Amino acid sequence: MPELLSVKNLKIEATSYPPGEPPKVVTLVEGVSFDLQKGKVLGLIGESGAGKSTIGLSALAYGRGGCGITGGEVLLNGKDILKLDRSGINSVRGAHVCYVAQSAAAAFNPAHKLGEQVIEASLRHGIMNRAEAQKRALYLFRVLGLPNPETFGERYPHQVSGGQLQRAMTAMALCPNPELIVFDEPTTALDVTTQIDVLAAIKHAIEETHTAALYITHDLAVVAQISDDIMVLRHGKTVEYGTTKQVIEAPKEDYTRALVSVRQTKRDEATDQSGTLLKIENVHAAYGNGFKVLHDVSMHLPKGQTLAIVGESGSGKSTLARVITGLLPPTEGHITFEGKELPRTLKGRSREELRRIQMIYQMADTAMNPRQTVRDIIGRPLSFYFSMHGARKTERVKELLDQIEMGSRFLDRYPAELSGGQKQRVAIARALAAKPELILCDEPTSALDPLVAEGILNLLMKLQEETSVSYVFITHDIAIVRAIADSVAVMHRGRLVRFGPKSKVLSPPFDDYTDLLLKSVPEMEIGWLERVLKTRRMESAGN
Amino acid sequence: MESGPITGPVLTDAAAGETPLRPTDLSGVPAKPNPALAAGELDGTFWRRFVFRRPLTALILQRLGLSVGLLFAVSLMIFGGVEALPGDFATTYLGQSATPQAVENIRKDLGLDRPWSERYLTWLGGAVQGDFGTSWASKNSVSEQIGNRLGNSLFLAFFAALISVPLAVGLGMLAVQFRNRMPDKIINVISLAAISLPEFFIGYLLIMVFAVQLGVATFPATVYDSMTLTERLSAIALPVATLVLVVLAHMMRMTRAAILNVMSSAYVETAELKGLGTFRIIARHAAPNAVAPVINVIALNLAYLVVGVVVVEVVFVYPGMGQYMVDAVTVRDMPVVQACGLIFAAFYIFLNMAADILAILANPRLRHPR
Repeated sequence: MPELLSVKNLKIEATSYPPGEPPKVVTLVEGVSFDLQKGKVLGLIGESGAGKSTIGLSALAYGRGGCGITGGEVLLNGKDILKLDRSGINSVRGAHVCYVAQSAAAAFNPAHKLGEQVIEASLRHGIMNRAEAQKRALYLFRVLGLPNPETFGERYPHQVSGGQLQRAMTAMALCPNPELIVFDEPTTALDVTTQIDVLAAIKHAIEETHTAALYITHDLAVVAQISDDIMVLRHGKTVEYGTTKQVIEAPKEDYTRALVSVRQTKRDEATDQSGTLLKIENVHAAYGNGFKVLHDVSMHLPKGQTLAIVGESGSGKSTLARVITGLLPPTEGHITFEGKELPRTLKGRSREELRRIQMIYQMADTAMNPRQTVRDIIGRPLSFYFSMHGARKTERVKELLDQIEMGSRFLDRYPAELSGGQKQRVAIARALAAKPELILCDEPTSALDPLVAEGILNLLMKLQEETSVSYVFITHDIAIVRAIADSVAVMHRGRLVRFGPKSKVLSPPFDDYTDLLLKSVPEMEIGWLERVLKTRRMESAGN
Repeated sequence: MESGPITGPVLTDAAAGETPLRPTDLSGVPAKPNPALAAGELDGTFWRRFVFRRPLTALILQRLGLSVGLLFAVSLMIFGGVEALPGDFATTYLGQSATPQAVENIRKDLGLDRPWSERYLTWLGGAVQGDFGTSWASKNSVSEQIGNRLGNSLFLAFFAALISVPLAVGLGMLAVQFRNRMPDKIINVISLAAISLPEFFIGYLLIMVFAVQLGVATFPATVYDSMTLTERLSAIALPVATLVLVVLAHMMRMTRAAILNVMSSAYVETAELKGLGTFRIIARHAAPNAVAPVINVIALNLAYLVVGVVVVEVVFVYPGMGQYMVDAVTVRDMPVVQACGLIFAAFYIFLNMAADILAILANPRLRHPR
C-alpha cells in the first residue's frame, strides 16, 4: 500500500535571541522519520518541548514563530511539500491537509459565524460550491453530535461551549475532505466529561470519512483509544515507534515505561477523624454582580490530612478556595478553623490567621513576580510573618530550598530561568515558609507534564509527612484524587454532590454525576473508549 | 469604574480573545450570563437586570450619559478658566484712557458686577439653547459668527478626513502585507518624516513649492461666501494636504500595529493553515478584529482636525474657528472664547464617544449575546 505521508529524517531548527548574548540556533527536532497510510492514525506523544506540535505542523510545511524546517523530506503522496512555493503550499493546506488546534476557543475568529469559518477552506480552494459545502457542514455537525446542527453554523464562537467549539474545529478540518488531519492536543483543554464526548466524536468522524490523522497529545491513555501506531518523542528525538498494542502493553524503553506507569500510585486514606482543622458549614457565595456561585456547601478536614475537591470547570471549586482564604467573603455560612470561627473577609483577619492558611496556584508563572529572585520570593513571607532578616533569613530560605529538593544554587535565579516544575516547587516553598497549618492547592499540577506532575505530588506528600500540614487539593483529575486524598468532595454547578472518605466516595453506589465523572477518566487500556460508549448506550436504551 | 458589572473585561476581550485558563465564572460579564439568570432569578436593581438583558443598549446608554456629564464638567472648567485669566475686557478695551469710573461703567454694562455663579448659569442656559450671547468687541451675535467660521473649519476637516482616513488604513494594510520589506519601510520613513516636521513648516514648504515655484495652487486659502464649490476646493487644497500629512502617520502606524497584533493570534494561524492568501487573511480575518483600536485613533485624529487646526488656519489665512478664537483671546472677548472652547470640547467628546460606541458595536460578544 502506498504511503500517504512519509516523513524522512526531519530536522527543525529555530533561532533564539537570549538577552545579552549573540543569537543562537536551537535544534528542536532531529532525525524523526515515520510513515502514515491512508485512513490510519498515528499518535505522537511526549511532554511539552518534545517537538510533537512542531512535527505535526511540518505536515503542513508550517513553522510556528521562528521555526524553520532545515532538513529532511515531507512526502505527501510521494511529493515533497517542503519544495513547493508559496501558492503550491497554500493549495495543500486546507485542502489536502487540515489542522485542529488545541484551543479551539482561540483558533476560531471571534468576528465571524462558525458556519462561514467551517466552509471557508472548501470554498476558497474551489473544492465545492456554497450549497455543497453547507450540506457537508450540516452532515459533519450531525456526525459530531453537535446540538441543533441546522442552526449551529449561524452562531458565533462565543455563543457555544468549549467542547462544542472543539467539535466544530474538527468539522472545519473535515469539511474539505482532506486526506490527512493533524490533531494538536484537541481535548487537553477540556473537562474529562467533555473530553470523552469529543474523543468519541473524533474517532467516529475519522472512521466515517476514512481520513488519516496525526494525533498529538501528552496523554498516553487518550492516544491509546484512537491511534493505530504510536511514536514517543523526547527532546525532539524519537524514543520509541511501534503499534499501539506494542507500545502500551510491552514498551521497550524506560521512558515509555515511565509514561505508561505514571499515576499508578495510590495511597490508603487516613481514617482518624478526630481533631478537625477546617470546617465549612452551609456556605453560600456570590460575585459582586449577583452571580450565585456556591450553594449551601459544607465539608470538613481533619488535621494533617488531605481533602480533594473535584469537579469540572465552573463547578465552583476555585471559588470555594477563595472563600476559605477570605478573598471572597461568603454571603451566608461559617468557616471554622481549629474550633474558632474565621472572620469572613481578608481585612478582618489577623496576621496570624493569615499565616496559618497559604495557597498554591495553578499557574506558578503568574503567581510570582518575574523581577524577584527565588531568594526574594521565598524570603518575603519570612520577613512578613516572622520578621526574619539578613543571614538568618538566607539560612531559612536555603533550608526551604533543600526541603523542596532544589538546593541553594537556585537562590539568585529569576522565575524565567526555572522550568515549570521548578517554579511550582518554589511556589510550594513560599507557602511552606509561613509554616502554615493548611495549604490550599488550586490545580497545582494541571499545567505540568505527567512525569513532572508526579514529582510535585510526591513532594507534597513527603512534606505532609514531615510537617503534618493539611491540604485542600482542588483538581479535576480523578487519578490525582486516588493518589493523594483522604477525603473527597465532588462539586457540580456550585453544589456539593458527594462528600466523605475517599474509599466511600469512589465506590458504588454512585449518584449520576459522580458515576459520569469516574467513567469519563481515560484508562491506559486499548478499547476502553468503546467499552464505555457501549455501556452508555446500553444504559440509555435501558432507560 | 465601580459601577456594576460593566468593567474592563467586556472591552478587552474583544482585542485579546479569551484566555482559556481563566475560569468563566470570574469574567463575570454579560457575555456569558449564568443560565439561571435568564429564568428571572436575578436579584438586584432594575439597571442591573437591564444590563444583563440588553448589554449593548446598556453600555451605549452609559456612554451617552457619561458624555453629557463630561460636557457639563468641561463647561464649568472653561468658565472658571476664563474667569481666572488676569486682566479683563474693560481695561484691555479702554487701554490708556482707563479711568476707574469708565472701567466700572463698562463692567456694569457687560454685567460683570454680578456674582460668577449667576453669570455661569445665565451663560449655560443660553448655551444649551444655542445662544452664546453677543461679542463684547464687535457687538454681533456670537452664534451667527461662529456658525460661519465653524462651517469653514468643518469643510476643511471633512476633506482632510475624507482623504487621510482611507489612505491611512489602506497604507497600514499594505505595510502589514509587506511587513519589514521595502514598501513597508518606505511607507514608514515617509510618514515618520511627515509627522516629525511641525505643521507650519510643512505648510510653508507646500506653499513655496506648489504656489510660488510651480504656481499650481492658490495662496492664501481665504474663502468667501461668493465662491463656487470648485473655487473653494482649489483654495483649500494646500491646507488639506498639510493636515493629511500631519495626521496620516499616526493613523497609519496604529492600523499597522493593531493588525500586526491580531496577526499573531491563533485564529490567523488557523486561516494560514487553511491555505488562504495573505490579502484575504488580512482583510477578512485580521481587520474586523483590529477595528476597535483603529477607530479610536481615527477619532482622536478627527478631533485634532477640528480642534487643532489653529496653526494651519493662521498659516494659510483661512477664516476658521481656530483663528477666530485666537483673535478673541487677545482682546479678552470672553463670550467668544467660551463659545469656541465649549464647541471644541463638544466635538472632542462627541468624536471620542462615537469611537467608543463603534468599538462596542464592533465586539461580536456584545452584538450577539448568548
